[in-house]
Amino acid sequence: MKAMTSLRALGRAGVAAGLAALLVGAAACGTAGPRSGGEPTGAASAWIISGVTEKAFTNSFDAWNAAHPDKTFAVQSFANDPYKQKIRTAVGAADAPTLIYGWGGGVLNSYVRAGSVDDLSDLAADPALADRFLPSIAAVGQIDGKTYAVPNNGVKPVMIYYNKDLFAQVGAQPPTTWGELMALVPRFQAAGIAPFTVAGQARWPLLPWFSYLVDRVGGPEVTDAIVANRPGAWSHPAVLRANTMIQELVDAGGFVNGFASIATDSGADTALLYTGRAAMSLGLPATYQNIQTGAPDFLAEGKLGWFPFPAVEGGAGDPANVVGNPSNFWSISATATPEEKQVARDYIKEELLGERYAADLLAVGNVPPVAGIDDEIAASSDPAYFRAVYDLAANAPHFQLSLDQALSPEQGDAVLTNLQQVFLGQITPEQFSDAMNATIAS
Amino acid sequence: MAVLTSSRRSGASGLLAVPALVFFVVFALVPLAGALVLSFAEWDGLGEVGWAGLGNWAAELTDPLTGQALLLTLKIMVVSWLVQTPISLLLGVFTAGTQRYRALLAVLYFVPLLLSSAAVAIAFKAILDPNFGVGGAIGFLAQDWLGDPDLVLYVVIFVIAWQFVPFHTLLYQAGVRQIPVSLYEAATIDGANRWQQFRHITLPQLRYTIVTSSTLMLTGSLTYFDVVFVLTGGGPGTATRLLPLDMYLTGFAANDMGGASVLAVILVVAGLGLALVLTRFSGFARMRSEQEGL
Repeated sequence: MKAMTSLRALGRAGVAAGLAALLVGAAACGTAGPRSGGEPTGAASAWIISGVTEKAFTNSFDAWNAAHPDKTFAVQSFANDPYKQKIRTAVGAADAPTLIYGWGGGVLNSYVRAGSVDDLSDLAADPALADRFLPSIAAVGQIDGKTYAVPNNGVKPVMIYYNKDLFAQVGAQPPTTWGELMALVPRFQAAGIAPFTVAGQARWPLLPWFSYLVDRVGGPEVTDAIVANRPGAWSHPAVLRANTMIQELVDAGGFVNGFASIATDSGADTALLYTGRAAMSLGLPATYQNIQTGAPDFLAEGKLGWFPFPAVEGGAGDPANVVGNPSNFWSISATATPEEKQVARDYIKEELLGERYAADLLAVGNVPPVAGIDDEIAASSDPAYFRAVYDLAANAPHFQLSLDQALSPEQGDAVLTNLQQVFLGQITPEQFSDAMNATIAS
Repeated sequence: MAVLTSSRRSGASGLLAVPALVFFVVFALVPLAGALVLSFAEWDGLGEVGWAGLGNWAAELTDPLTGQALLLTLKIMVVSWLVQTPISLLLGVFTAGTQRYRALLAVLYFVPLLLSSAAVAIAFKAILDPNFGVGGAIGFLAQDWLGDPDLVLYVVIFVIAWQFVPFHTLLYQAGVRQIPVSLYEAATIDGANRWQQFRHITLPQLRYTIVTSSTLMLTGSLTYFDVVFVLTGGGPGTATRLLPLDMYLTGFAANDMGGASVLAVILVVAGLGLALVLTRFSGFARMRSEQEGL
């Protein structure tokens, strides 16, 4: 009888321990990644993200490999979220690809602190590269004055996309101030249209609302203090004001019904915009790209409009400031061999965001962060849109990286969860500030 | 080592357990020890592992999220049991009948068992979409099922029940089919109606099936992860942040491996404790034939 009991107990322990194994096992599976230099097909390696911009990357590497048979890259493609976990494990296990794809911000910072990526300052200062990128974008790859990452993808400023038909239906003009925006809410509601769609379940689409409002109310200094982890930075009056404004907008019915359970992966948030059920969406250029694939006619008929986030009356922030993801970036793994590093440096210097590369990005709805591409934009499929995105990024006095990327992963997770609760009215702006201030101490 | 003694007593060599034991040690005990060690360490997955002493434990145990996650896990455990047991029991009794239409229905009931958790979750996510889901087509179902923090836990419990009821139905069906027909015949002669037969024959005869099924349900509910992760991601807010999900998010979204390991250890201890209590007090260990004297 006793034996039976301990057998069952052992079995249970097995299940529970298996779960623990999941945790530890996943952390230890870095060896599953391709070994630097161990790939038979390349002199160096790179991991890229599947999806809209994948083609631009594979084209670039294919052309490079064809032209440089002795300096080829082995390229592997991953989905976005699995990549983020895999790369962290690989970098932690000193098993990263030569070129590390990243977003800048807190993660890049942690790589730099752990000595996982090379200092590329000399490369960035090279005359061949120095003037290639937009300065506001290139700055995101710098930490303490040194360059650790160079841009490799389109600029992703967040702006408000709107359905022109619905605006015409209620006779509305794109709002330029917060007051005008709030005044539109009851007008759309009266017409049975949701003013804004947002994918609340994914959490991060809520973040631009917070970041923009904090910036417009208090200026970039408020966010700088938050990113610098200054004690009490989250209880700045601008943070409290921003969250109050968010709750006012939610209470006024600014967001579509059930926004808290709308996911991004199904494209349901954008679908609400182009099916005429919601008038506006505050989003990344991915909004445009999703419509490109989901409803190309909507674009072709010129029904999609866009405008920058409105100014806040009496706010300290410059209305030209922008929030979003400046770009994606390449870093070079510190654990790569000298030969691999040289190949990667040659690639960055000669190929990165070159003419064809930039044209490929434009073709899939991404505006490359390179200086002087007026001709390419004029020749693209939608010059007006690309011009707007480019100018927004190029003329921004300040381009704030999304907070979930700019902060440490731990704080990034906390800000997403707490902000979602602000949107749901589960916590007050004061509780939000207290909860986030508490993450600074730890 | 009671395990080895018991198998020797029943005749088989203890050596036969070696392969299983090796697997158990490599894939269960070693990672478990690893998690225990990490729970005292400061590690973000990169670079050096630093020692945190009891820091992680203090942080996690004072974090209101941990308490809430434990409470949610407890709640989902109890409610799941209350929902799943009667449904599985009744369906099991129903499908145990030999009529052909019941066999046909039984096949339909078992369909969810064939689907992977991720597929179930993705399907329900689409069905419950507030704008493009079933609510849009059928008016009275228009609820923000996954977005309402007060409602979402019960929706999750429903989806989990939809997924797991077929398995427990199968257990009960097999259990009912084991009950000798002669018992029912005798009861019929004594004038017992259907309800009396169910109450005084079926239920007592299923006693150990109920214990087995309940044990699986209760301990299994400690590890609900996949469905919840895909369906809600722990949200909205923290409304469905169960302990296993909290562990995952702490470890792989916040990159706090130490804190996540603390939660993992708590989960192991809770699982072990629950299993011990269940086996001790449910008569699981004294299980014997219910058909003595027949």
